[in-house]
Amino acid sequence: MRNFLSVSGALLISAAGLALAADARRTPDGHPDLSGTYDIATLTPLVRPANVSGRKDLTDEEAKAIAKAAADRLAKQNQASDPNRKPPPAGGDGSEGAAGNVGGYNTLWVDPGQGAFKIDGKWRTSIIVDPPTGRMPEMTPEARKRAGERARGNRPNRGDAWWIKEKVSPGPFDDPEMRSLAERCLLGFGSSAGPPSLPVLYNNLKQIVQTKDTVVILNEMNHDARIVRMNGKHEPAEIRRWLGDSIGHWEGDTLVVDTTNFNDTPALFGATRNLHVIERFKRLDDKTLLYRFTVEDPTVWTAPWTGELAWPVTENRIYEYACHEGNYSFTNILRGARLLEAEAMKSAAPKE
Amino acid sequence: MIPSVVKPFRVIIPLFLLVAAATSAWSQTAPARPTGIPRLPGGKPDFNGIWQALNSANYDVERHIARPSMMLRQGPHSMIPAVPMLRLGAVGSVPGGMGIVEGGKIPYKPEAQKKREENQANWLDRDPEIKCYMPGVPRANYMPFPFQIVQSQKNFFFAYEFAGAHRDVYFKDPGPPETDSWMGQSVGKWEGDTLVVDVKGQNDQTWFDRSGTHHSAKLHVVERYTMMTPNHIRYEATIEDPEVFTGPWKISMPLYRRMEADARLMDFKCVEFVEELIFGEHRRKPLPRP
Repeated sequence: MRNFLSVSGALLISAAGLALAADARRTPDGHPDLSGTYDIATLTPLVRPANVSGRKDLTDEEAKAIAKAAADRLAKQNQASDPNRKPPPAGGDGSEGAAGNVGGYNTLWVDPGQGAFKIDGKWRTSIIVDPPTGRMPEMTPEARKRAGERARGNRPNRGDAWWIKEKVSPGPFDDPEMRSLAERCLLGFGSSAGPPSLPVLYNNLKQIVQTKDTVVILNEMNHDARIVRMNGKHEPAEIRRWLGDSIGHWEGDTLVVDTTNFNDTPALFGATRNLHVIERFKRLDDKTLLYRFTVEDPTVWTAPWTGELAWPVTENRIYEYACHEGNYSFTNILRGARLLEAEAMKSAAPKE
Repeated sequence: MIPSVVKPFRVIIPLFLLVAAATSAWSQTAPARPTGIPRLPGGKPDFNGIWQALNSANYDVERHIARPSMMLRQGPHSMIPAVPMLRLGAVGSVPGGMGIVEGGKIPYKPEAQKKREENQANWLDRDPEIKCYMPGVPRANYMPFPFQIVQSQKNFFFAYEFAGAHRDVYFKDPGPPETDSWMGQSVGKWEGDTLVVDVKGQNDQTWFDRSGTHHSAKLHVVERYTMMTPNHIRYEATIEDPEVFTGPWKISMPLYRRMEADARLMDFKCVEFVEELIFGEHRRKPLPRP
């Protein structure tokens, strides 16, 4: 009897809980409530790697192996350092990227995610789902040329002013305007704020604030709040924005956000002011949104492309990403280049 | 340096008294429940919209008459603009204002007042606004830029046009701020129709205005937002900082709704605009600065 009572009590409570939860997931105007804080860090890459080409999904074993490799790497990096180790050699130890090399970030700073993400019960091999190859469509010849020029200036730091030795002019560090938007603290790196919002090495938190007329998509990096005007019209062509002009509407239970009017350098790598992004936010379950986006820029890509990823709810809080206010490194990047140039000029000068 | 600008004392003092009386009337408790204001489902006042202060507080929160420049030097007969300000002419001058500080003056401790005067004398080098740093609270609310409140059943979010600063008000107190920040940690609660926001955890780098008004990281601001009519909010704040002030002080002002049909926040990523100022000397070929 006692058991029966407590069971029926539990049933009653859970039924009431379900009804409440259903209400809590909708706003007073009847739309799904998408508001919350999400951590979009994932080890599933944007572009499908060659070793999983030809398929959209990972097996459970592969997903487990990816998560385990990440956990092992983290555990190794979290081991105490040898206090007697030698300093790295001048010019770096050969490791590259933001999390390598002299002056790079160590494990404390980076948070690239703990595994691949899952949609509809399947682990994904890439964020890009269309083209079905999981890879970006062909670039236009002009866009390829621009990307090539950029890539030439973007070499790992080996501690020398190679642009002096190779007589490259202008050099990649000549002026602040020539450096990346992230170094300049104008935007986060790697299309973090986007749109489309893509996962990056750290600070992957997003917050959605939702009202009938306005949806805010706040990106932790670099404290960029994109304000979506619901049922609005796009701004006149002369109004340009770093994150573009976003207007939204509901298609059933999906929030559709359409963004145009970008300035000349959107966050998305290679894109231009002609970029057009359509994002779709849909609730997959209580704790996850499905984020799907389509990118068009006919001056860069010969076809539109589409990606999707899961946005899981997080209990973590967004911290203030005061990039510019603490941007000592940008002064030092430029001053470092001036020092390397002076050294290169000195060694190139004829000896007396 | 300000006192030497404010020469006609006999005229000024009665004015001070008048304003003090007016200010205290303004600060009296609001009507219990303003009527005719927009409300959200559930009954809370609906603050959604684009708002802006319309006063000269960002120049100087204290009561002041107009002066020639943000940064002054002694001329042969009166204070005149400091050399680097000269070419701005009337554009670089400071409009007068009755002030937003109750009683007209910030109660700085003597040594803090001295630092404030040094800040004024070195305004171009020191005002964080010049470097496009996030403005902190309360300054963010009365900069000459609009801000947007996005308020739902769950959130009360401020997006500021200046420097793209923002803050989200916690309604569940997460405890003491884990770290200092430029915009601080805001914790809100409702007292009837008034939203009370407790702001702690601001760093010591922001100012209250362009007049050197500094504070320490012990700054504690308690803000009160009350919607008086559909198109204006009464904004009040009590400001404490035992390091620099002799006691708490209060500011108050109306915030007005931007009425344009196409009112919205524009981009103002001023970081780009200050690159030449902050990094220009490190160009490979620094530009001449005649």
